[in-house]
Amino acid sequence: MISLKDVSKKFKTKLGTIIAVDDVNLDIKQGEIFGIIGYSGAGKSTMIRLLNGLEKPTAGQIIVNGKEITSINEEKLRQVRHKVSMIFQHFNLLWSRTVAENIAFPLEIAGVPKDQRVARVNELIELVGLEGRGDYYPSQLSGGQKQRVGIARALANRPEVLLCDEATSALDPETTDAILDLLVSINEKLGLTIVLITHEMQVIQKICNRVAVMEGGRVVEEGDVLEVFQNPQQPITKRFVSQVSEPTQTMQTIQNLVDIYPNGKLIKLTFVGEQTEQPILSRLIKQFELEVNIVQGNISHTKSGAFGTLILQIDGDALAVDEAIRFIHEQKVSTEVINND
Amino acid sequence: MINTLFPNVDWPKMWEAALETLYMTAVSTILTAIFGLALGLILFLTSPHQAWANKLANWLTGAIVNIFRSIPFIILIILLIPFTKLLLDTIRGPNAAFPALVIGAAPFYARMVLIGLREIDKGVLEAARSMGAKTSTIIWKVLLPESLPALVSGITVTCISLVGYTAMAGIIGAGGLGTLAFLDGFQRNRTDVTLMATILILILVFIIQWIGDMVTTKIDKR
Repeated sequence: MISLKDVSKKFKTKLGTIIAVDDVNLDIKQGEIFGIIGYSGAGKSTMIRLLNGLEKPTAGQIIVNGKEITSINEEKLRQVRHKVSMIFQHFNLLWSRTVAENIAFPLEIAGVPKDQRVARVNELIELVGLEGRGDYYPSQLSGGQKQRVGIARALANRPEVLLCDEATSALDPETTDAILDLLVSINEKLGLTIVLITHEMQVIQKICNRVAVMEGGRVVEEGDVLEVFQNPQQPITKRFVSQVSEPTQTMQTIQNLVDIYPNGKLIKLTFVGEQTEQPILSRLIKQFELEVNIVQGNISHTKSGAFGTLILQIDGDALAVDEAIRFIHEQKVSTEVINND
Repeated sequence: MINTLFPNVDWPKMWEAALETLYMTAVSTILTAIFGLALGLILFLTSPHQAWANKLANWLTGAIVNIFRSIPFIILIILLIPFTKLLLDTIRGPNAAFPALVIGAAPFYARMVLIGLREIDKGVLEAARSMGAKTSTIIWKVLLPESLPALVSGITVTCISLVGYTAMAGIIGAGGLGTLAFLDGFQRNRTDVTLMATILILILVFIIQWIGDMVTTKIDKR
């Protein structure tokens, strides 16, 4: 659907040349939700703007929907943009237009006749759940509602690709969830490819099939979300993964427990996919004469399966503890003894 | 009562002068709005990162705007006498004031248009581009509607300046309340005539400001 070949983008500034995107190769498949994660300045904003020609690469090739968009003229690029639409962090709605008029704007640009526009706008208002708000102005809406308008507007010309530029970063966690649900339902209902950039691992975890991690303009890691969660390679990826799986206070808690129960063993279990469904803990308690204390637990649901960690404090006969660990290991759950001194 | 306070005022003449002022203000405001908008749009669109980004065109337009904005109006009128004569074949009467009024006010308004356009959220322009909008679509459907409150309050201020300019245009015999106050009031030492002309100009200014404020409030949906 989208493919980038050796793409670089350099900006010339007074302070010298900045390499925003550095020799990137990517393939995004039809119908998937592809996430690009990175801290600010990693080049992800430039990257997403390369995909609809808002930025031109200094080197390389970008093919969107079978069209090479780096070499085509303005007129053809405008046609491409009808099918590759975009939503934004700050929504970027026209304040002078009502909700319905904002959604109608891309249809006006594409030259859709008025009666068809009205029908399409009503359809879209319903799709994004803004019934009855058609005559409101953006200033009368909440952030989440504004993003719904942004999404409806982006879908107006029945695009094949939806680019999301930090679409939930300005929203509170609850609204973020609702907007992400909407994106997933659109992806499933309309089969369109979604490319999103974000700095929040929660967003990747919740809706993406695949993820690329960007740092310093380069894609440093790429793969299925579940794989990346299980087995992050790069330090930056590990940092992002720990955003969702290990709250910062964990280490402190463990230290406290080590102090309180010097005899116990702290074990970190990592569950992936099917194992999260199994009642390992209750079997463990039934089979072994041990005290089992849950220090911390966290199961994250990614789009392609669940991923979780559980930190247990196990106390009792040393032999039984060893056997218990072996038992857990047999369940294909990876274990790690934290205070093995 | 009013005749004892203003004994020397020739009311039909005063009324005629008021209508002339109104006529000059209205026509010059419309012309100024058109030329000022065009200049302001050129200034904006030729600036860096915009659709027609062009250093030379931007510098040239900016220079023209600054030169005409800096010349004191009273001097501009005199400088433009040959041009007006060439254009209209006369330098007398309300119509003869238009070249000076528009050339004096349009650059002033162009600057205000530019300020209004610069205040538009860059993200909104980017969104329009991402939808595949042409520059003409961006001008008519984004730039102008999104800056409309600023454009209206700008033209209100400009219109009020133009009322003042029409009075000054009296020195080239443009007519209107300015000429009346100068010739019939000041030069013949009839203070009441000057005062009455001033009162009428004040009323006109208040009405313009009131209309401008009302329209701005009504169209601003932010």
